[in-house]
Amino acid sequence: MNRSLGYAALVILVSALNFTVHAQDKTAAFFESPDLGNEIQQQELVPLDLIASDESPLPAGNGTAFQGREIYAEKCAACHGDDGKGGPANQPLVGGNIHSSESPLRTVGSFWPHATTLFDYIRRAMPANAPKSLSDTEVYQVVAYVLYMNGLIDQYAIINADSLPLLIMPNAEGFIDMSK
Amino acid sequence: MAENSDLAVAGNGLLSRRLLLGLSLGGAAASASSSLLGAEATRFVIPEWSKKPGPGPSAYGQPSPFTTGIQRDPGRANPLYPGGGASRTPLHQLRGTITPNGLHFERHHAGVPAIDPAGHQLVINGLVKKSLSFNYDDLIRYPMVSRIQFLECSGNSGALFRDNPPDGTAQSIHGLVSCAEWTGIPLSVLLEDAGVDTAAQWLSAVGADAASMGRSIPLSKALDDVIVALFQNGEPLRPEQGYPMRLFVPGWEGNVSVKWLTQLKLSREPSQFRDETSKYTDTLADRSSLQFTFPMGVKSIITSPSGHMQLREQGLYQIEGLAWSGAGRISKVEVSADGGNSWAEALIDSQAGDKSLARFRLPWRWNGSAAKLISRATDSSGAIQPTRTQLLSEKGNLAFYHFNAQQCWGVDTSGLVNNVYV
Repeated sequence: MNRSLGYAALVILVSALNFTVHAQDKTAAFFESPDLGNEIQQQELVPLDLIASDESPLPAGNGTAFQGREIYAEKCAACHGDDGKGGPANQPLVGGNIHSSESPLRTVGSFWPHATTLFDYIRRAMPANAPKSLSDTEVYQVVAYVLYMNGLIDQYAIINADSLPLLIMPNAEGFIDMSK
Repeated sequence: MAENSDLAVAGNGLLSRRLLLGLSLGGAAASASSSLLGAEATRFVIPEWSKKPGPGPSAYGQPSPFTTGIQRDPGRANPLYPGGGASRTPLHQLRGTITPNGLHFERHHAGVPAIDPAGHQLVINGLVKKSLSFNYDDLIRYPMVSRIQFLECSGNSGALFRDNPPDGTAQSIHGLVSCAEWTGIPLSVLLEDAGVDTAAQWLSAVGADAASMGRSIPLSKALDDVIVALFQNGEPLRPEQGYPMRLFVPGWEGNVSVKWLTQLKLSREPSQFRDETSKYTDTLADRSSLQFTFPMGVKSIITSPSGHMQLREQGLYQIEGLAWSGAGRISKVEVSADGGNSWAEALIDSQAGDKSLARFRLPWRWNGSAAKLISRATDSSGAIQPTRTQLLSEKGNLAFYHFNAQQCWGVDTSGLVNNVYV
């Protein structure tokens, strides 16, 4: 074997070994990240991160149904009805019975498994014509009023980051997680 | 014209796929052309467009003005629900398997945001070693993959759960499915940048639309084949498809492919968003409800002949349609013209890839009698598209999402086509 060819082969072999060491394998090298993300602090995300769940804490503030009645009448009733039982073109929030043989109406009271969903959804998406226009306190007040209309709390119960996740919804056990 | 009876493969006029493979489609076309010889010579004058130059090149091409009738059906707006709703792809007016970007179905929960990419951030936070934000120019430098895959709203065809067959077209009943080449960054690459905490099991994806639409996805899927898509059929996403970026979750219900993606949050448990509790869940006959029913089942539909079409005369037609499965490839499509009594295997007339639309076709001679046209698909996992009766016995008639059962177009003796139940 020609010596220079042998040297060239050795160089190629060493390069390949280097490559292997750096990138595990060729496929991984094709997906090597340029790593351009900017590191941020959780605190910076408070205005953006609207997730409210058992695991993602709800914000400070609180409200009662008594306080929420007026906001509901002003900003929610046009679509959801004065009593929450539905307007001309939107789904009801109140009433129904998922176990009724006639009409298994899916409302907050009859169907929603988690109370935190109510805060999460109203804060991010309601009212439909002006999402994110309510303060956290107003969201708590409206959440309390919807729960009150469903007979789940009394009108003076304080709804906040501590009390809302503890509220057991009537249909909490009604779901089968198909991802398992 | 011979009846091709030697080529019959199933009842009520279904003919062999061999007809598609080189055999003449019959004498009708030949006799039609010969009858024109020597007659109506004035029809063959040189047309006006051959006598003067047309407009030159343009900056962005548009469809022919003679095809402007091919449109999405955006339905009626609900003034109390601004920007909400869906538009449906005109499946019966398109061929091939790629949906043009302007005709891809839409489903919005608070309209289409007009996002300037310079002001848009994608944030990864929650159970990660470091929270990160990316801007559009950062992401453009990342390695990307391209895949031709379908997207289907889980509410597609949902009206077929109801007791009475809805009167409609392939578009109005089934138009919430489309297929495109999606190009984007494997989500696993971005998650690796952030360093996923070992406690994380779920990922919440949130959009930058006015509804801040959110969905939870198991981390195992996110690390498997999910991408952050930036391009659709080679061009940047259309605003109504999530510009500047969306999640694309192959084979799963469309709602989890969150558009206008702005946040990915790692967590132990799902976030229980409204759109995975109150909506996109199916209540069964025993009143328990199925949650996180992600994969789209094996399904096929006939796009021609289909609802509200009118067969003009007896003779040879192509029964043509689309098939797809969230579990992989389409391995077989069968067609019946007699309401499911007999079946024949259709030709799959495209290179049907993993989780892409497959186009099928089978020649059919309509003899003027009533017919019931049904297709059923089988996928690479061996799953067979169920009958409506089978699906309803499993899910009951309270369900709305994930209707993947066989659907029947009835042809009456006048040649009019309508949706019917078998």
